[in-house]
Amino acid sequence: MSKSDPNAPKRLALIASKGTLDWAYPPFILASAAGAMGWEVGVFFTFYGLTLLKPKLTASVSPLGNPAMPMKMPFGPEEFQNINWNMPNLLMANVPGFESVATNLMKQTFKNKGVATIEELRDMCVEMDVRLIGCQMTMDVFGFKKQDFIPQAEIGGAATFLEYAADADVQLFI
Amino acid sequence: MNNIEVIREDQLLDCSGLLCPMSIVKTSNAMKELGSGQILKVIATDAGYLPDVEAWSRQTGNLLLNSMAEDGKFVVFLQKS
Repeated sequence: MSKSDPNAPKRLALIASKGTLDWAYPPFILASAAGAMGWEVGVFFTFYGLTLLKPKLTASVSPLGNPAMPMKMPFGPEEFQNINWNMPNLLMANVPGFESVATNLMKQTFKNKGVATIEELRDMCVEMDVRLIGCQMTMDVFGFKKQDFIPQAEIGGAATFLEYAADADVQLFI
Repeated sequence: MNNIEVIREDQLLDCSGLLCPMSIVKTSNAMKELGSGQILKVIATDAGYLPDVEAWSRQTGNLLLNSMAEDGKFVVFLQKS
């Protein structure tokens, strides 16, 4: 797995540690863009990032933990869409279904703007032979098995990632 | 720079409405279908497309022959290496 050939393509090594909708985007965007540039890409999914390897993605987003998140409506006239709705924490924490409303609003906004879905980006990555590696230790901790993930997922540990990253031109922890 | 009128594309790709990274991913996929020396014309509306396609061209060695911006649209001509 080590990169001994000096003419080998550039390599990107990512750690995806978060599984919310907002944080699911950066690893798949960078991985697919690097793949499009002919780079070799490996993404190591650990902790909550592991959920991004499940066949059906259920990533959601909570504005409660993201105080700087703009709260905007994806419909209506432009002036209305540009209003930033100031939601009190009390409302976000206590109103049932608030998180699913926020998740749907974000998904709709992304769709309106022409951003690909997480599923589409992940499919792109699979097509471009991006290596998707699940962290064995956190799989054990959270009770995931290899068969819980998409068939393209590999399993590895810290040493697997480090060896891959040691020869990478770009390494990022997300 | 070449005069944009004289460049004849072999293939046209319309990335209007697509945002990062899809415009670059689609560009890359379309270029894979071309033979060496053939030219792809891309139309994009992604405001980050020009710097991105310049970086893509440097990274992949495919030549960026010409690029222009007009009415919120970007038109580039890429030649397969």
